[in-house]
Amino acid sequence: MSTLFSKANKEALINPLNLNNPVVMQVLGICSALAVTAKLEPAIVMGLSVTIITAFSNLIISLLRNTIPNRIRIIVQLVVVAALVTIVSQVLKAFAYDVSVQLSVYVGLIITNCILMGRLEAFAMMNKPWPSFLDGIGNGIGYAIILIIVGFCRELLGSGTLLNIQIVPDWCYEHGYVNNGMMTMPAMSLIIVGCVIWAHRAYNKDLV
Amino acid sequence: MEHLLSLFVRSIFVDNMIFAFFLGMCSYLAVSKTVKTALGLGVAVTFVLLITVPVDYLLQVYVLGPNCLVEGVDLSFLSFILFIAVIAAIVQLVEMIVERFSPSLYAALGIFLPLIAVNCAIMGASLFMQQRITMPDTNSQAITGVWDAVAYALGSGIGWLLAITCLAAIREKMAYTDVPRPLQGLGITFITVGLMAMAFMCFSGLNL
Repeated sequence: MSTLFSKANKEALINPLNLNNPVVMQVLGICSALAVTAKLEPAIVMGLSVTIITAFSNLIISLLRNTIPNRIRIIVQLVVVAALVTIVSQVLKAFAYDVSVQLSVYVGLIITNCILMGRLEAFAMMNKPWPSFLDGIGNGIGYAIILIIVGFCRELLGSGTLLNIQIVPDWCYEHGYVNNGMMTMPAMSLIIVGCVIWAHRAYNKDLV
Repeated sequence: MEHLLSLFVRSIFVDNMIFAFFLGMCSYLAVSKTVKTALGLGVAVTFVLLITVPVDYLLQVYVLGPNCLVEGVDLSFLSFILFIAVIAAIVQLVEMIVERFSPSLYAALGIFLPLIAVNCAIMGASLFMQQRITMPDTNSQAITGVWDAVAYALGSGIGWLLAITCLAAIREKMAYTDVPRPLQGLGITFITVGLMAMAFMCFSGLNL
């Protein structure tokens, strides 16, 4: 058990959450991070799907790493990812149809999510299966955290709800409070991510 | 003819890949430091889009759709794998052409040329095309024939080219401005793109 959670393995899991976050530090996987965050619920589902896919694609590629010829590795990686994404997309359609309609093409676009390819190339091709699996989970959760922060801000300020439950009480509306419709527009998600990056770098001064 | 023109103009301004859907953000943010390389990447992306979307359209209509290959079989769940394979093959081709005819551009684009394969804009355009096939003919966004697919692909490509060139021009000027330290680089770029996206929102009333 102690070897399973050695220091290096712990770092593979913890580092992507903050100091090496895939979204705000490595600038990977921005597309979907921006597009699905108008509401909190799709943001959580998306974060979860990406975590599962990153973890298992890292695991599979790491198991195969010695048998994949170097020249065709990109195609092999894409096929493994595409197969996993197809499974997740079918599961979502079967068990969470409403969310899968909201996510529309962005589930399919997990295939081209740079986090996946980046982790496969940079980590899974060179490391044993277990650390790769942890690295996948860490990066997936790092991505999910940013999605949830952005989704939280946008849904609370844009619609006055969280997970479709009304948070801003009625008397606020009666006294003239108005939801910020701009927040539900795509443009605001860019600005919120920009502010998240600003806060993250202002907090971790050595990163600048 | 009118439908083609409407599809083309709408995909440049209203359904802009970057400002409305955030597709292809990773390379968009990374390669937009100088106008020249941005323009080169934009042209490469447009070219890849122009070939892959019609090819994927034909695949979707004649191979994957319901009752196409075998009576009573709907193969559209295979679309992710097939589309990504087509994209990877075309990108390989473009890479060889660019290396042969413009070594300087090849060196400038570096890793981002093969990464067009995982550029969400390309995969996204194919997946949106797949959605739009099922729309009724009367819808101004419907794609009913292979020429519609060509017009949509060309428009999306030019929209992406326009967006990346604008951002590169702004960033060249921004190098001389005094930005707070933690906001420098990535943070301010995000906020700039957000403001550009807001400006592009004024096209959303465009009716053709």
